[in-house]
Amino acid sequence: MLTGFLQFLFSGLTVGATYALAALGFAIIYNSSRVINFAQGEFIMLGGMSAVALTGLGIPLPVSIVLAIAVAAAVGALIEKFAIEPAGRADVVPLIIITIGASLVVRGLVQVFLGKGTHALGAFSGEKPFVIAGATLLPQSLWVLGVATVVVAALGWFFGYTRYGKAMLASSHNMLAAELVGINTRSVLLLSFVLSGALGAMGGVLLAPITYTSYDVGIMLGLKGFVAATLGGLGSGMGAVVGGLLLGVLEAMTAGYISSAYKDAMPFVLILLVLFFMPNGLFGAKTTDRV
Amino acid sequence: MKKRTLIALAAVWTAALALPVAAQNKDPIRIGAVLSTTGPAGYLGDPQLKTLQTYIAQLNQDGGVLGRKLELVHYDDASEAGKANGFAKRLIDDDKVDFLIAGTTTGATMAMAPLVEKAGIPLISLSGAVVVVEPVKKWIFKTPHTDRMAAEKVFEDMKRRGFSKVGLLSETSGFGQSGAKETRLVAQKYGITLVADETYGPKDTDTTAQLTKIRGVAGIQALLVFGLGQGPAVVTKNAAQLGMKLPLYQSHGVASNEFLKLAGPAAEGVRMPSPALLVANSLAANDPQRPLVTSYAATYWKQYKDEPSTFGGYALDALTLGLHAIKAAGGTNKEAVRNALEKTRGFMGTTGQFNMSATDHMGLDLSAFRMVEVKNGTWSLLN
Repeated sequence: MLTGFLQFLFSGLTVGATYALAALGFAIIYNSSRVINFAQGEFIMLGGMSAVALTGLGIPLPVSIVLAIAVAAAVGALIEKFAIEPAGRADVVPLIIITIGASLVVRGLVQVFLGKGTHALGAFSGEKPFVIAGATLLPQSLWVLGVATVVVAALGWFFGYTRYGKAMLASSHNMLAAELVGINTRSVLLLSFVLSGALGAMGGVLLAPITYTSYDVGIMLGLKGFVAATLGGLGSGMGAVVGGLLLGVLEAMTAGYISSAYKDAMPFVLILLVLFFMPNGLFGAKTTDRV
Repeated sequence: MKKRTLIALAAVWTAALALPVAAQNKDPIRIGAVLSTTGPAGYLGDPQLKTLQTYIAQLNQDGGVLGRKLELVHYDDASEAGKANGFAKRLIDDDKVDFLIAGTTTGATMAMAPLVEKAGIPLISLSGAVVVVEPVKKWIFKTPHTDRMAAEKVFEDMKRRGFSKVGLLSETSGFGQSGAKETRLVAQKYGITLVADETYGPKDTDTTAQLTKIRGVAGIQALLVFGLGQGPAVVTKNAAQLGMKLPLYQSHGVASNEFLKLAGPAAEGVRMPSPALLVANSLAANDPQRPLVTSYAATYWKQYKDEPSTFGGYALDALTLGLHAIKAAGGTNKEAVRNALEKTRGFMGTTGQFNMSATDHMGLDLSAFRMVEVKNGTWSLLN
């Protein structure tokens, strides 16, 4: 009984941590522009696929990881420079649609140049699972959870205590006012895309040993990440993590105790309920009040 | 007199020159293809197109069929069934093809079926599901094994090992759900009870919850996973992570070396029904399929430096079956070709031996599948 429960919990936390990392990327760009970046999933995919391609060339894993993150950050910058910036002062909705277009381009290019196959990346510290009261947990899951925690703390510090972070938050709330007090809103937006590209890639690299990676993994991760971000409250780092973990655990519990047939419906029932009773998400209202 | 001889000689000479030209100018045999070479089913359609192109070029080099060159007209439906119908119409009305090799997916085939039946043109489909040929449609044939055959082959092996209480874990994709449906249908025939029936999503990254639940079912003796691509590899890895001792069976959906790469050591001991192509080099020397599959593998490797997939084999079989029928019919009269296709007997393909009839437009039996087990990181033939 306990073993079953623990196993469902571990399974949920593993999956939830992947959703949380995806959700964090949404939070950064939303914080600086109110734009929901639907290319976020592609950043995750780029991280995983680049790391696989680079290790395939014989480059050691740690170097590949750093390079993969750099690649995704560069792609983030390119998207901002050549797709978002030329749109000028367009509304948020056209910008969101542009990100969907950008995601299709990135996915298509990866499909053409890196192929359609599914790839595995070696686990960072072995595949021997930890056994706790009969339930098992992979070391890689701990990597994902650990990095997600560090990233949340770093982001909290960045947005709360650094000039750049504060500038990002300020320009998201009122771009004109931010410009009047001397913030370069263009470079803020560029920075946010670079940051979320790098963050997404980091997630992608961490996830690749558990979930495998292929040119189209971004679609599902992006979607679930978006649900997790909305659940936790858009723009809140804490909310993204809690939303992601909640989503993952709920899916696993549904699969374990009810039936796996209902697993994918549960998150949407949950999001309907949350948005009905708490339209800003679980942690959304708090952050908007703070600034 | 002298002048006349010269003219006669000249006439003979030009006639001799013109003759092979005339033979070459005979209308080519036009083959129409609608495949999913891009999109989600791209990994199925891509090797299919490559196979057709390679073999058609090779046949043309050897002089074509019935002294006629072959010409391939191909469209990519981008894995969207809705587009396939439009392309089929174009192939029939504008490109005036002689027969169709079309439908990488079941959806695409079924979308084209009404049009093809009305136009009266032979179509050989490369899609898996039973619905393509059941009920029998006059003009439609198919080369791949069905999911029902895969389930039957697995149950045959389970019965031999004395298993009767079996769990089913299927993917929520079209392939997985069709497979699960057929599995439920044929289980009873083999005296097997499905004691667990769970699902997972094609992009799910963790299935330990489902596996924990299945493991807890009293008296369960084996587990059959019905899915395609990465999902079954995730299941295999999760089962190893949980330390499950339950014998694990997979469907033919993962019969590729990619599965071994993805699942790694966790795949040890997994059994599945597989087409002969996957174990080409372990087939007995006197196996009638051996020369065929090894030559296909060699040809494909030479051209693309890549291992051939069983999906490409389906396309090769469709091409050779179609041309075989054209030879038998002595031309491209559509009715005659269709009748010849239906009369195909003892035709060895990469997928298996085809014995078509008026009631069976696929013509394969369970011998087309080989039971394989993963041993020391590679496929090994059972029995």
